[in-house]
Amino acid sequence: MSNPTTKATREFLKPPVTEVGVIGWLRSNLFNNWYNSLLTVIVMLLFWQLIPPAFSWAFVNSVWNTSAEVCRETDGACWSVIPQNINFIFFGFFPEDQQWRPGLAMVLLIALVVYSKNRNHWKKSLGIYWLINLVVMASLMYGGIFGLPVVETDQWSGLPLTFMLALFGIVAAYPIGVILALGRQSKMPAIKTLCVVYIEMIRGVPLISLLFMSSVMFPLFLPDGVTLDKVLRAQAAIILFSAAYVAEVVRGGLQAMSRGQFEAADSLGLNYNQSMRLIILPQALKIVIPPTVGVLLSVFKDTSLVVIIALYDVLKTTKVTLSNPKWTSYSTEAYIFLAVLYFICCYAMSSYSRKLEKELHTGH
Amino acid sequence: MNETQAQTDDTSAGTPIIEVSSMHKWYGDFHVLSDINLQVKSQERIVICGPSGSGKSTLIRCINRLEEHQRGQIIVNGTELTNDIKNIEKVRAEVGMVFQHFNLFPHLTIIENLTLGPIWVRKTPKKEAEEMAMMYLEKVHIAEQAEKFPGQLSGGQQQRVAIARSLCMKPQVMLFDEPTSALDPEMIKEVLDVMIDLAEEGMTMLVVTHEMGFAKSVADRVMFMDEGQIVEQNNPHDFFDNPQHERTKLFLSQIL
Repeated sequence: MSNPTTKATREFLKPPVTEVGVIGWLRSNLFNNWYNSLLTVIVMLLFWQLIPPAFSWAFVNSVWNTSAEVCRETDGACWSVIPQNINFIFFGFFPEDQQWRPGLAMVLLIALVVYSKNRNHWKKSLGIYWLINLVVMASLMYGGIFGLPVVETDQWSGLPLTFMLALFGIVAAYPIGVILALGRQSKMPAIKTLCVVYIEMIRGVPLISLLFMSSVMFPLFLPDGVTLDKVLRAQAAIILFSAAYVAEVVRGGLQAMSRGQFEAADSLGLNYNQSMRLIILPQALKIVIPPTVGVLLSVFKDTSLVVIIALYDVLKTTKVTLSNPKWTSYSTEAYIFLAVLYFICCYAMSSYSRKLEKELHTGH
Repeated sequence: MNETQAQTDDTSAGTPIIEVSSMHKWYGDFHVLSDINLQVKSQERIVICGPSGSGKSTLIRCINRLEEHQRGQIIVNGTELTNDIKNIEKVRAEVGMVFQHFNLFPHLTIIENLTLGPIWVRKTPKKEAEEMAMMYLEKVHIAEQAEKFPGQLSGGQQQRVAIARSLCMKPQVMLFDEPTSALDPEMIKEVLDVMIDLAEEGMTMLVVTHEMGFAKSVADRVMFMDEGQIVEQNNPHDFFDNPQHERTKLFLSQIL
């Protein structure tokens, strides 16, 4: 740099070859000093020991769709436990000859979720599609019209139950949480106190206790003869519980907003509703997408807790399958399958949230 | 009072649009504004200067009720500012405000920033609001950036957008709270030029600024504030050449 260089003669040199490409990456990440090199070697040996046997167990010596008897003779994984019991794992106690109904309902639900992922589809028509879909799904599940036999909700189980509890839990908890967060920031003491008490109370108890309350205590307060559906009560407990957590996350976003944004909205003459809806919430909610997704993923996974009030979600139906002596020794395979199922759903949610974050980024 | 009264008489052009009388404000125990009396006539351009902490920003922020006053009276365009939120919103729609840090809405494009107020507060049809927005963007020489987001613009451009955003509300008065203080030196001029254009068109303006050149060339009246009081006010010629108060003299000697 001792010679003054002008723009025209300035040379742009390539970085040394040891700093870039595969060699550079290896050097800087795996072998940059002696103990990292040692760790790299040890980890590689470990991989060498673990991966090939795991691979041959899962893929080479495994059987995929056989009877339990064949499974007993193989060394590898018995994935057969899943296809052989898939109807029960997915649909539980739903009458066997009617299981196309929850199946179709799930297909409709997933299709609409996928359709809703595209932000260009976020229009009024989308809300109408959802309403139609809800009605169709409810009639498919419950029956009673078009000659479909009625299936009571205590027979709803497996994947439809999990998806339903999770999806409605998320969809309802989010707006309630936002309203609670706004209420907690309110200048009106009554509203503020109410929201604080609610949020702190709910966050102070485990979801399991709320589920117990909804299934055991709540009916005691209802007048004789009035019953509220058990699935509905569990759903309400999940919503109320998750809303409190969403509220605290959203409050964080509201606090991250600079005072200038509130003032600019005020000075245009926007009223409270307008400035919240148009200025503050769009920004605050965007800031808290990562922690919000964390809460929503928990909602999804926590639906498996409904097992304690004798609802059969997909985890419980799998366990019931494994209680059959024929299949009882293949729990590893069944749980791996469940783990993959949960992972796919959760990963879809978190990768979508990252995409959404990127799309909403406007360079500030 | 007498001084402002006299001025009302000699310029018959404007009627008072802002009237502040015996106004006091406290932040907790701190008496930040003390006995403020101020009349602003339509089309008058006032520059407010003074050391930091003298209450000049607080004063103009009281005029659109971003800050609440505790005693005295503020009447803007015939509406008295009280706790009545409807009155406050009415006044805010008539009073444009330009902030030191622009405060554009970063999640909206430039054109959306401009049309938001007209569409939601004035209930202007979207198409009409967009045409008006483009007109004002052209006026601040920035029409080609309409579809960009604020984060993609320079500070000077953002401040010009902020001015255009206020103008879209067709305000009776524009308040400027140190509009050039957060800008790099080479961008100050482009913002001041826009403000000068605005003054020449007859906009009523209250400007808190340290740009004494702007005060000299544009202001009808320069006000000096210190420790929460209006110490001295005069036309720019007399204010700069013949300051009456010691504190004014000291302040001017420090900044000029």
